[in-house]
Amino acid sequence: MTRKRGFRVFFAAAAALQAFAADLPERRIANIFKPLATPAQSEYDIAMLVFAITGIIFVGVAGLIAYTIWRFRRPEDTAEHQEPPQVYGSNQIEVAWTVLPILIVFVLIGVSARVIAAVENASPPQAALKVTVIGHQWWWEVLYPDYNIVSANEVHMPATRDGRNATYLQLQSADVIHSFWIPQLSGKTDLIPNRTNFMWMDPKEPGVYFGNCAEYCGTQHANMMLRVVAEDPAAFKQWTLRQQSRVVDDASVNGGRQEFESLACINCHNINGLGQASAGSKFGPDLTHLASRQTLGAGVLKNTPENLRRWVNDPQVDKPGCLMPSMKLTPDELTKIVNYLETLR
Amino acid sequence: MASIDYPLEHPAVKEEEFSFSNHLYEWVSTVDHKRLGLMYIVTALLFLVIAGLMATVIRLQLAFPNGHVVDPDTYNRLFTMHGTTMVFLVGMPFVAGLSNYLVPLMIGARDMAFPRMNAFGFWIFLFGGFLLYFSYIGGGGLSGAGSAPDVGWFAYAPLTSRAFSRGASTDYWILGILVAGIGSIASAINVIVTTLSMRCPGMTLARMPMFVWVMLIDSWLIIIALPPLSAAQIMLLIDRFLGGNFFNTQNGGSAVLWQHFFWIFGHPEVYILIFPAFAILSEVIPIFSRKPIFGRPAMVGAVAAIGFISLGVWAHHMFAVGMTSWSNTFFTASTMIVGIPTGIKIFNWTATMYGGKIRLLTPMLFCCAFLFQFLIAGLTGIMLATGPFDWQLHDSYFVVGHFHFTLVAGLVFALFAGMYYWFPKVSGRMYNEKLGKWHFWLFLIGVELTFVPMHFLGFLGMPRRIYTYEAGRGWDFWNLVATSGLIFQIPATALFVWNLLISSIKGERSGDDPWDAWTLEWSIPSPPPEYNFETIPEVRSSRPLWDLKNPNDPDWRFE
Repeated sequence: MTRKRGFRVFFAAAAALQAFAADLPERRIANIFKPLATPAQSEYDIAMLVFAITGIIFVGVAGLIAYTIWRFRRPEDTAEHQEPPQVYGSNQIEVAWTVLPILIVFVLIGVSARVIAAVENASPPQAALKVTVIGHQWWWEVLYPDYNIVSANEVHMPATRDGRNATYLQLQSADVIHSFWIPQLSGKTDLIPNRTNFMWMDPKEPGVYFGNCAEYCGTQHANMMLRVVAEDPAAFKQWTLRQQSRVVDDASVNGGRQEFESLACINCHNINGLGQASAGSKFGPDLTHLASRQTLGAGVLKNTPENLRRWVNDPQVDKPGCLMPSMKLTPDELTKIVNYLETLR
Repeated sequence: MASIDYPLEHPAVKEEEFSFSNHLYEWVSTVDHKRLGLMYIVTALLFLVIAGLMATVIRLQLAFPNGHVVDPDTYNRLFTMHGTTMVFLVGMPFVAGLSNYLVPLMIGARDMAFPRMNAFGFWIFLFGGFLLYFSYIGGGGLSGAGSAPDVGWFAYAPLTSRAFSRGASTDYWILGILVAGIGSIASAINVIVTTLSMRCPGMTLARMPMFVWVMLIDSWLIIIALPPLSAAQIMLLIDRFLGGNFFNTQNGGSAVLWQHFFWIFGHPEVYILIFPAFAILSEVIPIFSRKPIFGRPAMVGAVAAIGFISLGVWAHHMFAVGMTSWSNTFFTASTMIVGIPTGIKIFNWTATMYGGKIRLLTPMLFCCAFLFQFLIAGLTGIMLATGPFDWQLHDSYFVVGHFHFTLVAGLVFALFAGMYYWFPKVSGRMYNEKLGKWHFWLFLIGVELTFVPMHFLGFLGMPRRIYTYEAGRGWDFWNLVATSGLIFQIPATALFVWNLLISSIKGERSGDDPWDAWTLEWSIPSPPPEYNFETIPEVRSSRPLWDLKNPNDPDWRFE
């Protein structure tokens, strides 16, 4: 009895948190010119400098070309036999328009070198949050080694205005090359098999930041979408606690759990607490806290009970070519499994 | 000499004994550089239309969010085949075709140095193209998986390994390109030997037309850049068939190694593709401005410098793979340095026009538009070269916009200019100027509508090569605008084809030298006879026909 009440309280808290998370502004328009983290900001700053320089060059050179065409054009049909003065070149002029671009180019090289070093050689503070992201065809596995959390397709991290909470991402791939890109937070870094790459970000504003896999990775590259959920440190702490909590063990959905264990689901998907059978099933996303996530299928569907049913019934409808097949479940099995999965908050 | 054996080649007999099979035999067995050049160009145009239609389907799919015109696999094959075709079966044969047709005529030679190798090069190239397209039928292989290749035109490992690319589609990609590449190398060697050893008396290297200079450097670049690709492709074949593990990451291979190999080829390759544009502009702009090219030595030097530097910039395609900050800085620097000789070229073309008498006929209109658009493409190139900015722009639609601005708004515009300019020489007839102008303006509007919005899509975080996108990411409007450009581009291209077809039959007779030009090809009849020059000419300057037309003020006095 008490146990059940305990769960109710927990559900209520979880629901409240869910509502809180839903209040985070959705930053769907991933405009690289609205940076909200230090790496994106320094890329933005250098972009503005490059725009200014190239803009001046464009106006100057295009103006010169346009003036030349306008000034020296002749009606096509006049049969003028007088040729214009034949000018073969001028060494002084050649030198002038060689030296000028050299100076501009060296300014740009210098500035780029500084930003490259600043972004790449930044070393993580002791307290930085460490996250490992592993690319799979066509979803993201997200690990928090210090918290013992395994999640998928959305990276939760703290956001603080002073940028004191940096998150360091360790990037790996389980199959082909993918690329991690949340434009408002940072430029992209590839996830390459047999290689570990790093990137970091320090979101300045809470929000759900949208991004995509940015390296072509096969059939469903388009639907390998990505979100960073940046929330204030207290909310992030709550999230980690919930993710660390034991798997929900709701007796009312025992039937669904048994179906999950006895059908093929468990071959690919891990759920903590299901015992030996699912340990090491890492082919598909870990489902221990599936219901707490925002999307299904790496962003193709919003995570609602109806959509979960739709997805489990036949993932090939919304994400044709993805590696999860339709298991041809009966409506009864489907209902049980979806009800069970919905409890995994 | 051998022409005696083939009575059909005598114009007088031709009229009477014309039959389709004889005609076909004549073309298939030809070793004439002009016919091979035309065959290259016609093949390139056919592939251009095919790949253009693929681009049309791509744009229709992306016109609206959640498009359902094609399924994801079909879409991935479309962009792979579109890119592969445009680079290897359109761009490369244009290089070979233009240099084949024009180089001997411009240097006063009667044919290429190796006529039979020339024919071999064309047929092996065509066979490679067919092999690539046969993948639509045979690509499934015994396992029945897939059809045409779907790994993208740069075929990144390990997507090409057996584990991720079943069936034979990737093998067709490898073999088709490998075989077509043999043709490109044969043709490049031929151009180099021809220009170095078959110039007419008096034509020193310093007096060689700009076009020939650029094509010579281009050919060098081909024989330096293509072998790394062929080597990498053979390594990939070893991986796929003989259990090698060069790129097979599941067995310890390196995915980044493929990228190095590919871009050591791939970046010089884009200069190989754009050089014909430089070559054409350097001929058309002087003629239509009535002035010699400004700063000839600087122009030749700039092309040579671009070719040389382009061999050391490849890893700017790899800023996101996690190289050290030193490598990223090096490739940022080397890439930006390319901007210097490129700037010199634009300045010199402008200076050539300055003080001239500019006739804005169709070829010149295309050249003028090229200057503006290539300037934009160059400046977006500077943005991409800036390593930190590239972390944002890399593999986004900005890149797609950038290289289409270089290759369509740049190269294709120059190719149109060249085809209109030399059409009277090739056919003996004048194209229709009115249709040409319509073609120009429609194509210009279409190109701006399609490719400018792609830059904005990149700023808004749209990655390239996605077959669909959800609504509400800010991408709907610009994608629709990009697709709307088709409404202009398709009729424009149709007008161009129609103009060439109708004018080659009914056009006004153009005479030998309709543009009052200065290079040797305009001194002989149009179309040129099989032997090109009745007597081998002798030249005293870089503008032999100017000397002839202006005996009081010949160039050789100043050179």
